Amino acid sequence: MSAPTPNSYNIAGEDLPVFDNRVAFAEKLIELARKDSRIVAVVNDSVGSSNLGAFREEFPDRLINVGIAEQNMVGVGAGLANAGMIPFVCAAGPFLSGRATEQVKADVAYSQLPVILCAMSPGMAYGELGPTHHSVEDLSWMRALPGLDIIVPADEQQIRDAVEAAVANPRPMYIRVGRHKVPNTTPAGAKFERGKFVTVREGSDVSIIATGSMVSRALSAAATLAEQGVSARVLNATFIAPLDQQAIIDASTGTRAIVTVEEANVSGGLGAAVASLVATSPEAGRVPMAIIGTNDWSPTLSTDGLYEHFGLTAANIVAKAKEVLSRA
Amino acid sequence: MSQAKLAANPAAIATWQAFRDQFAKANLQERAAMLKNRADLSRRGIITTIESAGQGHIGGDLSVIDVMTTLFYGVLNINPANPTDNNRDRFILSKGHCSAALYVTLASAGFFSESELPTFMQPYSALNGHPNRNKVPGVETNTGPLGHGLPVAVGTAIAARLQGRADRTFVIMGDGEMQEGSNWEALMSASHFGLSNLTAIVDRNRLQQGARTEDTNGLDPLDEKLESFGLEVRMIDGHDFEALLKALEPSTTGKPVAIIANTLKGKGISFIEDRVEWHHKVPSTDQVRLALEELS
Repeated sequence: MSAPTPNSYNIAGEDLPVFDNRVAFAEKLIELARKDSRIVAVVNDSVGSSNLGAFREEFPDRLINVGIAEQNMVGVGAGLANAGMIPFVCAAGPFLSGRATEQVKADVAYSQLPVILCAMSPGMAYGELGPTHHSVEDLSWMRALPGLDIIVPADEQQIRDAVEAAVANPRPMYIRVGRHKVPNTTPAGAKFERGKFVTVREGSDVSIIATGSMVSRALSAAATLAEQGVSARVLNATFIAPLDQQAIIDASTGTRAIVTVEEANVSGGLGAAVASLVATSPEAGRVPMAIIGTNDWSPTLSTDGLYEHFGLTAANIVAKAKEVLSRA
Repeated sequence: MSQAKLAANPAAIATWQAFRDQFAKANLQERAAMLKNRADLSRRGIITTIESAGQGHIGGDLSVIDVMTTLFYGVLNINPANPTDNNRDRFILSKGHCSAALYVTLASAGFFSESELPTFMQPYSALNGHPNRNKVPGVETNTGPLGHGLPVAVGTAIAARLQGRADRTFVIMGDGEMQEGSNWEALMSASHFGLSNLTAIVDRNRLQQGARTEDTNGLDPLDEKLESFGLEVRMIDGHDFEALLKALEPSTTGKPVAIIANTLKGKGISFIEDRVEWHHKVPSTDQVRLALEELS
């Protein structure tokens, strides 16, 4: 039996409702598809898990289900893009990024065909189903491909913004569409800009750079740190690529330490990208860093259990922030 | 040499168009003779292009050039002056290592200048060892890793149907390439979606890089396999231009078409034909002279 998924998340003493981003994703996709006949969905028998049942009902011809065949799925997406369609290729993250890596490389990123790769239920959303069904390697793998935008929306607003951006300016994109419920954290009126982080809390001692599901954890940690007299800046790393180099440089010069947090393996993801810039940019301060993420095959646990296991929690972010500040 | 996308060559386009106009008025026999003449010119171009590069995949270039010439000079609805017109037929060379054959063909049709051919595989040339759509007009998708072209072709064929366009998609695979599982995923979906606007051509030269296909991971009976996957199969001599022209006609059954083009690797040059070592061997100066003599 899976542990019950909490229906709220607490930040600064306030219980916030949480949402499955696949719902907002599908609503926005349908809304845009009504106005733009170029939009199609390509799936690998994943109509249900991608929450595209309503899309199929309204646009049966524009839902292309290739069956359990991810290599073909991504290639078909590239062919559709070649002819001017805007394909949203939707599949569970591990199979999209893992099984079809070479198709993403050659047919999408290298060919520069505007395919919108939608990694459904990424990270460890599939909990007890285990490492085969977790997508924690994707940020590392996809980061190695020039010309591929990598977007990790943190909440409903950002997934809507990401879908709109994909249709407004189609280009090769990899978008994580979260299943594990998270609260809304994007400030009202915050801009969604390509290659830009979103500042979700100002602070001057330490910068916490978090992405996707971890933005809410970082905000909770920042509230706790504030009670302890530590001023934490929280940056939502909405784009892993292109990377917001200026925001990272500013964090390394405007605060004394950096903690990164991602629901992904630490080998090559957000933390590695930030550390690389902090270590090599002439403009960056060489501040101490901590990188929080996964680092081994996951044991049998629920998603929240795995967050605890790997330290993807507000409490661990607080501890790491204090640790890096002690080295500053 | 530059990394920018190459520009069209109006003079060559005019020559290509004149060929197409004459071709349209010719009978089948005359058409075959015209294509044979044109293909042998391309063979010369392949040999000199590979000679100047000192690299290339000469065996497969020579086995596929008759199919490719038939497509570009006798079948494809394309406009080299406007290579991204959405109403074009799509041609995808899935066996991207035979880029020299593609480049020679595209240049002859004016997609870019033949003066670029000596830059093949030279530093910073647009003419990479495997084709790049962002640098070379007429290239639909970047190929090289095998088993990629057919899935993309399924996508362009679906798009044509969704957009109500009558154009067709053609893709050439190597026979060794049929060992890639992704091709069979794509064949299943081509059949499932009833893509009668798709023609998949297998360059069946029976040799792959290391040995004969049947000694490596046997493909036969390839026709029965393709039929069982739901394709309309046409097995022909891939160097017989009359047979090629007939085989490249649209589907008659509503199914996607698969053409097994039985070819000779290295076709046209006696000392290269059907020899595994010529997969990517480069001819010496003397061998180039002998090869060009055989073609004259």
